Amino acid sequence: MKKTPLHAAHVTQKAQMAEFAGYDMPIQYESGVMTEHNWTRENAGIFDVSHMGQVTIEGPDACAFIEKLTPSTFSSLKPNVAKYTVLMNEQGGMIDDLIITKLSDTKFFAVVNGACKDKDLNWMQRHLPQGVMLVHHENRALIALQGPKAEAVLRDALGIDTANLNYMRYMEDKDFFISRLGYTGEDGFEISMHADRADAVWHKLMAHADVKPIGLAARDSLRLEMGYPLYGHDIDATTSPIEADSKWIMGKVQNKTFIGAMRVLDEIENSPARLRVGVKITGKGVAREGAEVFDAAGETKLGVLTSGGFSPTLKQAIGQAYIDPTASKAGTKVNVRVRGRDIEAEIADMPFVKAKTKKALKKAA
Amino acid sequence: MSNVKYSKDHEWLKIEGDTAWVGITTYARHALGDLVFLELPEVGRQVAKGDDFAVVESVKAASEIYTPVTGEIVEVNETLQDDLDGLKEDIDTGWIVKVKMSNDNEAADLMDKAAYDTFVESLD
Repeated sequence: MKKTPLHAAHVTQKAQMAEFAGYDMPIQYESGVMTEHNWTRENAGIFDVSHMGQVTIEGPDACAFIEKLTPSTFSSLKPNVAKYTVLMNEQGGMIDDLIITKLSDTKFFAVVNGACKDKDLNWMQRHLPQGVMLVHHENRALIALQGPKAEAVLRDALGIDTANLNYMRYMEDKDFFISRLGYTGEDGFEISMHADRADAVWHKLMAHADVKPIGLAARDSLRLEMGYPLYGHDIDATTSPIEADSKWIMGKVQNKTFIGAMRVLDEIENSPARLRVGVKITGKGVAREGAEVFDAAGETKLGVLTSGGFSPTLKQAIGQAYIDPTASKAGTKVNVRVRGRDIEAEIADMPFVKAKTKKALKKAA
Repeated sequence: MSNVKYSKDHEWLKIEGDTAWVGITTYARHALGDLVFLELPEVGRQVAKGDDFAVVESVKAASEIYTPVTGEIVEVNETLQDDLDGLKEDIDTGWIVKVKMSNDNEAADLMDKAAYDTFVESLD
């Protein structure tokens, strides 16, 4: 099993470790998932996400290449703006979801899922035009710092001032690549650095009174509250961005020539066969991935849960499901079948919990 | 003094005549993490040794609880559903179900406290 540069730090902190994406990763630390979740919502949590792939795409045709691989538009984006998008396959399904930051008109920085990075790199390599270079930064670690106190922590612990950095914006400082974004719905950052600095940076952050380390279990409950999809569960090679309710990543749909466009454009026109929705469990119990969703009478099957768990913030179970679009309206009463028992639930808007990401700064007059 | 036995699946049993009070040990409780929901069986259900009879949900996952003895569930501890902190190694209040045993030998085969403690130490 592979280890991130922070593996020793997790073991020292007595994390419960398990395999994830081929790496031995911290699932939770001693305080446990509930405490870690709430700590991130109230203070600041640090996450080792070094298993994720960091890739630079550079060359005169880099932008056109990315607009071939993804349904998004990058040409009109300003430099240092990050965008959530997906890699598409020929069938209109998704190979991965990722964040791509435009560094310049010819240089982009992508962060992809750990479990998908080899597949993604192969796919990019296969479609790579002449003169475009792919660099996989295997020598870089990635730490996410998330929570309402993240900006202050970054200033106190590392001397980095991000007061003027907006949400989904990128900057470099002291050889750190700093992106103001994350997977929790909180204000926060993903900080990329050379692997040999990671341990020292982790410990500097850890030494701050407002910081706790957060494992993958709380990372999952935090993202579930935000309704963010998890690749391999809520989205995969068979689901399209329209089915995933991610049409917004296409903006005004200026890009129509990406790989897999035929199905996607057809689904925009004619509605998809299924739709990703939020599900709130209103009865007693917790429903997990794979639980079937039925109508209010418990007779007609409407779909299947692709994620499910307990929301520490709402103190009730929530999930994501793909269901028949005719039953996808928020408030629709449904049943979720768990071990043969139907639990009352309803279709819900996502996010389940309001995001607290950084508000846009006012432009100087 | 009660006769208390332990299983390798980390259940404790308090034996009173032919009835076993079944709960989970501190070790199991710790391994389960933050509990959010307990699903209890119906009274009257017949269970065989090794069957799951209840499910505890944590934030992370669902875990089944197995009965170390065969018999009929004669009582369930519904108070635990509203007080998950009560689910612990307390042989008076922490029980999940009471099972009327149909095979005395099964309980006799389980570990006593000293043997269970040695077993747990061997796991770490």
